[in-house]
Amino acid sequence: MNIIDTDGLGKRYGDTWALRGCTLALPAGHLAALVGPNGAGKTTLMNMTAGLAVPTAGTVTVLGGQPAGSAAALDGIAFVAQDAPVYKNLSVADMLHLTGNLNRSFDRDFARARLAELGIGLKKKSGKLSGGQQAQLALTLALARRPRLLILDEPLAALDPLARQDFLATVMTAMADDGVSVLLSSHALADLDRVADYLVVLAGGEVRLAGETDDLLACHRVLTGPAAEADAYAGEFQVVQDRRGRAQAHLLVRTPEPEAGLGRPGWEAHQIGLEELVLAYLRAPGATARPLVLHTEPTEVAR
Amino acid sequence: MTVLTMPAQPGQDHALRPLPWRRMAWVTWRQHRATIITLPAILGAVSVFLLIAGLKIHHDYAVLTACHPFQSNACQQLNSNFNQTDWTIGNTLLILMNLAPALLGAFAGAPVLARELETGTFRYAWTQGYGRERWTIAKLTLLAVVIVAVTAAFSQLFTWFFRPFLAQESLNVLSATVFATRGVVFAAWTLAAFTIGAFCGMLLRRIVPAMAITLGVYLGFALLTWGFLRKYYVPSVVSSGAALGNGPITPQDPWVLSHWFVGSTQWVRYIPVSRFWPMQLIEGGWLLVLSALLIAATVWLVRRRAA
Repeated sequence: MNIIDTDGLGKRYGDTWALRGCTLALPAGHLAALVGPNGAGKTTLMNMTAGLAVPTAGTVTVLGGQPAGSAAALDGIAFVAQDAPVYKNLSVADMLHLTGNLNRSFDRDFARARLAELGIGLKKKSGKLSGGQQAQLALTLALARRPRLLILDEPLAALDPLARQDFLATVMTAMADDGVSVLLSSHALADLDRVADYLVVLAGGEVRLAGETDDLLACHRVLTGPAAEADAYAGEFQVVQDRRGRAQAHLLVRTPEPEAGLGRPGWEAHQIGLEELVLAYLRAPGATARPLVLHTEPTEVAR
Repeated sequence: MTVLTMPAQPGQDHALRPLPWRRMAWVTWRQHRATIITLPAILGAVSVFLLIAGLKIHHDYAVLTACHPFQSNACQQLNSNFNQTDWTIGNTLLILMNLAPALLGAFAGAPVLARELETGTFRYAWTQGYGRERWTIAKLTLLAVVIVAVTAAFSQLFTWFFRPFLAQESLNVLSATVFATRGVVFAAWTLAAFTIGAFCGMLLRRIVPAMAITLGVYLGFALLTWGFLRKYYVPSVVSSGAALGNGPITPQDPWVLSHWFVGSTQWVRYIPVSRFWPMQLIEGGWLLVLSALLIAATVWLVRRRAA
């Protein structure tokens, strides 16, 4: 089952496209990182998935075919928007009660236990909590709804390194315990390098790269060799990034299906790190690197 | 009657019954406690004042009307006292009563949705399982019911309080400022002001501009109604009766729309005070329709609002 399916999804504000031609098939059970610079269209994609914004073009379905924003979609998705909005004048206990009233399922005991663990007092006003605590409160409210899909928009931006780790640990635990799928956006990949197992890279409102991180890493290599031979060599592969010094050339290429032809005298093939890969796709002007969207075969995920 | 049974489709929409309305009662109560408590609290405090001052004013008026002969110095003294001391209170409260709906629209109506949009909490509220349309309908309706109930009761008290001034200050129940404070119309105007506020808040997405526009729009509606609309609710009467315009005006006198002379005969176009209730119901009716339309328009804006 795909937890998110988009087909030619686009959103236009005025006469600028915040997102266009976005086609994704995100399988369930992943922690998917949505990465891209500011203004890449991450929030727009998340808003449409959560049912907050209506697409200008294309379609988006969630939870295996439910239209975004439908009753079933709202019921199964918990969305924590940027800056973790909570009612600042309400106490933590009131926020729990409020969220409980607004949803079909809400695990109060879980929420209370988690807040106690985090040292967040129920009587405290939400607005008086620190940024990290507000983020944790919003996350707790979202998880207590027992969603099938958790959408987190830039949840780490306002957090210090320790709070980031705590936050991600909570998310990972929920994934392990409940099998919840997660879509998490960030403008910095560094935080997600180790936890994300699916990656979507957006830039300029378009998908540049999408797929399971292992697959993405497996099908890219950096070839290093004499600059003089680079042109001839580069012609054989699809080059994502072409960096040439006076003597040496570094070509980031997509590896062909049988990994033959990579080894050539005087050339070395290296694996590439995830962060480097993302940066290469973000830097690449549209012409040199066509977007790469690897579709994973949908697998049944035990819930 | 044929009953069609559909095979159950697992995981489909129809399995999800809408969440009960009563859940929004707590939500609305908790989020708008300020409005729901403050409004009755303020009106309650004013009511106590109205009762105390009203009893004194009714007493003063009884003494004044019992005073005989009216031309005597003692009676004139009473009369002058009433017109100064008591009328100062009455007039001030009458002005406040006429402003109250506008203030309520601006301070209670405009922020209802504008605050959610301004602080970004709509991203929380509209992504919960309740659904944003039902959330909006429930919230606005519940607040509207509270506002109508409280203001309707209050205007009845004010009607009693104000009665002595009608005769004394040459007013009648159709006088523009008086008509708006009694019957069903006061509650209706307050409801309209609240829905204007909610709609402007949703439209402008900012609290302060929404408050300002709400005051302006309300004032526009009120002046238009006073100046142009109200006199056409019921057919006016044209007569050449000479009884009008002579001697002191009493509460039984009609609302004179215009008068003119043909030769030496005075013609008058007027609406008798007996038309008070039909006019109240007409004005209350169209304000109710306007309010319902504004709530519908607000829900429509919520539905189509992109994040």
